Amino acid sequence: MRVKIFVSLKMGVLDPQGKAIERSLHTLGYPEVQEVRMGKYLEMNIESPSSRAAAESRIREMCDKLLANPVIEDYRFEIESDAPSAISHQPSAKGKR
Amino acid sequence: MRWGVIVFPGSCDDQDVFNCLKREMGQKVKRLWHKDELAGQFDCLVLPGGFSYGDYLRCGAMARFSPIMAGVVKFARSGGLVLGICNGFQILCEAGLLPGALVRNVGLQFICRQVSLRVEETDTAFTCDVGKGQLLRLPIKHGEGCYYADALTLERLRKNRQIVLRYVDAKGKPSAAANPNGSLDNIAGICNEGRNVFGLMPHPEDACNKLLGSEDGLRIFSSIAAYRAAGVKRHA
Repeated sequence: MRVKIFVSLKMGVLDPQGKAIERSLHTLGYPEVQEVRMGKYLEMNIESPSSRAAAESRIREMCDKLLANPVIEDYRFEIESDAPSAISHQPSAKGKR
Repeated sequence: MRWGVIVFPGSCDDQDVFNCLKREMGQKVKRLWHKDELAGQFDCLVLPGGFSYGDYLRCGAMARFSPIMAGVVKFARSGGLVLGICNGFQILCEAGLLPGALVRNVGLQFICRQVSLRVEETDTAFTCDVGKGQLLRLPIKHGEGCYYADALTLERLRKNRQIVLRYVDAKGKPSAAANPNGSLDNIAGICNEGRNVFGLMPHPEDACNKLLGSEDGLRIFSSIAAYRAAGVKRHA
């Protein structure tokens, strides 16, 4: 089961990195870009999950405990495969290892 | 007084704390490795500055789960004195022993310079040897020192007088220009409700000798020693 986790800053938390990126994009000639916010992206494999619900519950625990700081961050995640099968390492079409 | 300085992989200012306490103040200090369970009797535990776990994921995010932290949390919850400096402050926030969080400096740069701080509260174990409103010159050296808390938490900190240190200018005013990292309300250091846990971004251990440009940092450590000597015990 492949999991993709997106961690983002809560609204109201200042994001100076996002602002710097926005300024760079403007300088590069993309004035239409507004309100850039930068977050974190994590990928992981879950081995032999007993069920999708069980996996979701444990992913939420991981996010609540470690992967996101609830004071400043929100998170959401996507699960790629429903089947609790053995993980096969497929090189992705776009990315490189 | 028995001091314990926790050492995480990536901590670097444990050496500075050790030297300040042992060499400048003649105190009994023990270095405690993060993987060991907390054992022995201590009067004050110090979480030093540095880059524990490389600041990976978030500063202090992983250090808070080091084996020794279970003992540190228990110690703090039963009223023991805990001092978190810089990365130590970050770890205390991640561990939930202090409210709020430290995020990236608003100017995005790592700042390494002396700052002026105003002592706002002196009825804590960490500032009882300082006068209220007194200015201290301490160095800061951090890239993620911007203190953030939501409006409700900030209100609670103000009401409970938990804001212990503020960044101020030479005249003692908490101006925007005096704020090196964008911290809300110019907050440089806070304590918990029980006033036995204190976190600050500046480094008192690096202001312990005239050769370092300031001796003001000694007042933080002498406060803790005086507090213990007076035998006053606060219970969380």
